[in-house]
Amino acid sequence: MATIDTVKEVLSENLDIDADQITEEATMEALGIDSLDMMELICDLEEKCDVEFGEPEGIETIGQLVAHIDSLK
Amino acid sequence: MSEQTAFNLTGTAPADPSSIQTRRPDGTHRVVITGMGAVSPAGVGIPALWDAVYGKKCCIGPIERFDTTDYDVHNAAEVRGFDPVEHGMTKKEARRFERFVQYAIAASDEAIEMAGLNMEDEDPTRVSILFGSGIGGIDELQSGFTTLLEKGPKRVNPLFVPTMIGNIAAGTLAIRYGMKGECLDIVTACATGANSIGTALRDIRHGYTDVALAGGTEESISPICIAGFTNLSALTKAEDPQCASLPFDARRAGFVAGEGAGAVVLESLEHALARGANIVAEITGYGVTGDAYHMTAPSPDGEGIRRAMEQALAEGGFTPADLGHLNAHGTGTPANDSTESHALIALCGEEAGSKVPVTSVKGSIGHTLGAAGALEAIITALSVANDCVPPTCGFAEPDPDCAVAVATEPISGYRQKVALSNSLGFGGHNACLAISPFEE
Repeated sequence: MATIDTVKEVLSENLDIDADQITEEATMEALGIDSLDMMELICDLEEKCDVEFGEPEGIETIGQLVAHIDSLK
Repeated sequence: MSEQTAFNLTGTAPADPSSIQTRRPDGTHRVVITGMGAVSPAGVGIPALWDAVYGKKCCIGPIERFDTTDYDVHNAAEVRGFDPVEHGMTKKEARRFERFVQYAIAASDEAIEMAGLNMEDEDPTRVSILFGSGIGGIDELQSGFTTLLEKGPKRVNPLFVPTMIGNIAAGTLAIRYGMKGECLDIVTACATGANSIGTALRDIRHGYTDVALAGGTEESISPICIAGFTNLSALTKAEDPQCASLPFDARRAGFVAGEGAGAVVLESLEHALARGANIVAEITGYGVTGDAYHMTAPSPDGEGIRRAMEQALAEGGFTPADLGHLNAHGTGTPANDSTESHALIALCGEEAGSKVPVTSVKGSIGHTLGAAGALEAIITALSVANDCVPPTCGFAEPDPDCAVAVATEPISGYRQKVALSNSLGFGGHNACLAISPFEE
């Protein structure tokens, strides 16, 4: 599964965010993802994508999140 | 149903507030209940709870939440078919919050709506929350341990701690309603709900806050809780759900685990009158004592709970002769019910103590643990407000060691000065609330 689809799946399941809203350009802020949501999201993505997320800075959009995960694979 | 509609379940606003004395002789505040909400094995809402208890309906059944094949206990009083989204929560809240928090929210939403409390009209720093849970988020605790053992520390839910901790019900309610006064989670096992309401009473009485959302919540029908309670010999192993929870009955053999939440809005009479609120009943007293005796068993002579009852009556200016009825803790364990009977007889004397009506809701809705004190305070308030005493479902065979007058049928048309609601918790916690019909 493409990383973006995994992200869509997790966000939809965890936070009830409509998959259509989850685009590369969408910001976490615009999607209403707060810091607690982000921690939960990262934990789930680490398991589903089998990566160690680390503590990257400056991830503001879904596209940056996907690129970071893909860089770890 | 036609008979049930005769009950006033929401209270009445006094016709002439200006003539009402809002303070007690010592200058402290009178405190009234203006809103109530319930999630119980009878369903969601106060009408479902009242109809079940007053109608002597048994809400106990085989456990559906998990497979009990390997368990010695198969019955419980579960909250069934509860859909948090149907009760005002978002899908995210439905997924993230533990059931004990969801029950607390549904009950509190109902209580606040009944009270007609609009936070936009209130000073939020004068509105407090005292909302406890006896056990807390046991489902999340169990699944957190499973994840830790099966997948290792990195896979544990980052929200594990704030999801599971018992105080998160109080914290979540504060966030939901914007209540910024004190925010406390009182944890005294099965006395939690009563201690929360009693503490709220004192805080309002002495002017620390004007309004309080108080209550208790529990999600205890889970594999680990049922296993633990079973191995403690606290639960009855009766197979017939209709004949399992038997308060004060000679055949009683333990309690039936229940779950749910009870919430009340308490406020100073002054505050309630100023905003024209409906008043359900007045909380006239509170007694709280410790047994200093045993981890799980009450002190057999009932000295601790007798003292709590005495304190609650005295605070309201009552004597034992004024007692209209006792809404007992009445769990259906051999020790609890005899202890409470001895305590009532010690309080009122042999003759009067054997005549004052005693009732227990636990034959109907099981033992809802941390929620029990709040749900029973609600039932007691409705009982005195409607001049009645609900019957005790499950009771049929008197026990000489419980020589008290257990109500087997409803008593109606019975005006009372005061009723008591008892709660006893593991650890020797005793709490008693004195509740009176509102008199101007």
